[in-house]
Amino acid sequence: MSLKNWKTYAGAFAASCLLLAEPALAADKLDTGNTAWMLTSTALVLMMTIPGLALFYGGMVRRKNVLATMAQSFAITALITVLWMIAGYSIAFGDGGAGQSFWGGLSNAFLVNMGKDTLNGSIPDSVFMTFQMTFAIITPALITGAFAERMKFSSMLVFMGLWVLIVYAPICHWVWGGGFLGGLGVLDFAGGTVVHINAGVAGLVAALVLGKRVGFGKENMAPHNLVLSVIGASLLWVGWFGFNAGSAVAADNSAGMAMAVTQIATAAAALSWMFAEWMVHRKPSVLGMISGAVAGLVAITPASGFVDPTGALILGLIAGVVCFWGATGLKNALGYDDSLDAFGVHGVGGIVGALLTGVFARKAIGGTAGLIEGNAMQVWVQFEGIIATIVYCAIVTFILLKVIDMIMGLRVSEADEIEGLDFTLHGETIHD
Amino acid sequence: MKYIIAVIKPHRLEHVREALAALGIEGMTVSEVKGHGRQKGHTEVYRGAEYVVNFLPKVKIEVAVTEDMMDKALEAIQQAAKTGQIGDGKIFVLPIEKTIRVRTGETDADAL
Repeated sequence: MSLKNWKTYAGAFAASCLLLAEPALAADKLDTGNTAWMLTSTALVLMMTIPGLALFYGGMVRRKNVLATMAQSFAITALITVLWMIAGYSIAFGDGGAGQSFWGGLSNAFLVNMGKDTLNGSIPDSVFMTFQMTFAIITPALITGAFAERMKFSSMLVFMGLWVLIVYAPICHWVWGGGFLGGLGVLDFAGGTVVHINAGVAGLVAALVLGKRVGFGKENMAPHNLVLSVIGASLLWVGWFGFNAGSAVAADNSAGMAMAVTQIATAAAALSWMFAEWMVHRKPSVLGMISGAVAGLVAITPASGFVDPTGALILGLIAGVVCFWGATGLKNALGYDDSLDAFGVHGVGGIVGALLTGVFARKAIGGTAGLIEGNAMQVWVQFEGIIATIVYCAIVTFILLKVIDMIMGLRVSEADEIEGLDFTLHGETIHD
Repeated sequence: MKYIIAVIKPHRLEHVREALAALGIEGMTVSEVKGHGRQKGHTEVYRGAEYVVNFLPKVKIEVAVTEDMMDKALEAIQQAAKTGQIGDGKIFVLPIEKTIRVRTGETDADAL
């Protein structure tokens, strides 16, 4: 959501005189072009999680845990859909009244305010609600990469359900739903803070709370089939056009530029990770190329409505190298087992992207100038958004995990972990 | 009768099959296996994590021959499988106590 759009939205609910004066008033009429693009974007973003992320992660685990890993993304898709309908959408985008700075309240629980003709700007509220639902789905699914191959399925469901309602939906509200971060002027076009820093930090906390996999650092934990991961990463790349260009919430010039800069930054990051790894480890690995592409997609996410092609190019080049370091040097130095680098790619890439949005933002693109146009303050504002997200997400995620651990435990038994989660959790195995 | 087991590099399999066929040896059993001899494994790197893979992909050929064919068969396999590089494999020879063709019940040399 660009700044313009969340304002449009907040205006519809808060009926603020200031916002009613916005030129976006014409948006009260349904625009079929915008609606068509948002229907398309919604499907694209859903494709990012299933099958995109499920394949990306599924290919990177050991053969005994493939189904269990893919099951997490798939089950989260179903679970969060239901929870978003019941309360998530209301908490994120409802009218929070006196608490509007912090959450949207429960007045739109079960989507009671959403009729067939209800508009949200120039598109049906039903489309906007479903579009946002797909973001609420992919964010927890990203976290699963951090604790892959060792978490109980039951505890995972409980954690993800609560996490979306208590962590994701409020932070989504802060930035896009009329809350205090959007009000501060934090630029987050498509979810650098809301989705990626949020998921990355939650993943890091989860990796630390759950502990390392049995045999980590000693046994061979090589990806069992990177072909699946290449397919998954490619689906993520394509789906991301819905994520970023869709976040214009219109089929307009902003969406077009978001698509262009997304493609450029992604390609730049794929190359820079590849070359960095080529120099350090002597070979340009396939896993490195696709990881770099995902790092670029993550980093351009907050910037996609605010930067020009040159900004995107530099942002992507930086993100690929920094995330390469995040998934290798940083992880090894600190010793945590972030199995599939949810933090190394999404957390680190999200932070890099959020900061560089403040650097490369151009007034002519998204209406806000960044450091390169002399507005150094924007970098500070971005920093505030990052810190608020990290602090809230880390604390609440930690408490949630600890409470669930006390009540039902977080990890499978060591014997089950060694045998593999496909059979021990789901009673199935791969036959090929 | 002798039972020859040859563990070779996978890409030499077709050469070995052709060399044996040229001797009139038509039947054999082939399996994809993993193993190593003096050739040590290799190292793979995934996002900075290095894993030594000790067992490398090989093909195991099993073929039964009569005594008079054994030396020719061994030479054919050895020559066809050889690349001169480390990891070319091994050939083992075992005695066969009995051979039976399932379809007809023929035994020993008649069953080959």
